[in-house]
Amino acid sequence: MADISFLILTVMAVSSAILALESKEIVYGAISLMSMLMSMAGFFILLDAPFVAMFQIIVYVGAVAVLILFTVILVKREKWIKTEVSGLRAAGILSGLILAFSFGLLLLQSNLGLIYANEKDSSFVDIGIQLISEYWLVLEVLALLLSASLIGALTLAKLEKEN
Amino acid sequence: MESLLQYLVVSIALFAIGVYGIVSKRNALRILFSIEIIANSAVLNLVVFSKFLPMVNITGQTFALITIAVLAAEAAAGLALILVAYRIHKDIDVFEMKELQG
Repeated sequence: MADISFLILTVMAVSSAILALESKEIVYGAISLMSMLMSMAGFFILLDAPFVAMFQIIVYVGAVAVLILFTVILVKREKWIKTEVSGLRAAGILSGLILAFSFGLLLLQSNLGLIYANEKDSSFVDIGIQLISEYWLVLEVLALLLSASLIGALTLAKLEKEN
Repeated sequence: MESLLQYLVVSIALFAIGVYGIVSKRNALRILFSIEIIANSAVLNLVVFSKFLPMVNITGQTFALITIAVLAAEAAAGLALILVAYRIHKDIDVFEMKELQG
């Protein structure tokens, strides 16, 4: 059962990641990026991390993907599809394949395939305890970072009108 | 029985797709998409290693949460920058943005 859902999620994640980069209309690319993020949430549920999966759906699919969709709608349709440089495409495919093959060889030579999941479940209650006891400073800095980036985004978006 | 290797293979595949997008695309929005794909493969790695450690350990999931929040901030700032560039250039082709190259 877990193997079948793993296969489905893998096919969905990889194909929608390719489609996000290769679709002609960039709106469809944004939507297939959303589907890729959803399949990531599925992986997290398979990996026994339901809290991270919910966080992923709320933050990514709920907030970031909608932000991307709005930006795509505000920006005009891409008009350089025909003038795409083919040398760039070959360089991209080559670098991706080199990376994939080198890391794949590295993995096949290691003994990581012998490691199996431990059966004991981890409780997501521990995440909260760890966040406020051990990593409380990270939490505070994270809140500051989020508000700073939102204020920065607003300031950048308003910048033009003053000139 | 699920092993560590199959999840790492998925993570590598997504990483390679993201690198291909960053190298070959000229549209700034597509480059942002590929950055998101690469970052998601990293988050997947964090959760996978948190699950496959010999003892029950939840630090990987905590770090995945922190990473997702940082990525949300990054996406907001990046999209605002793309909007400003579009307003100045009427275009988001990264080959046309050459002011800082002198």
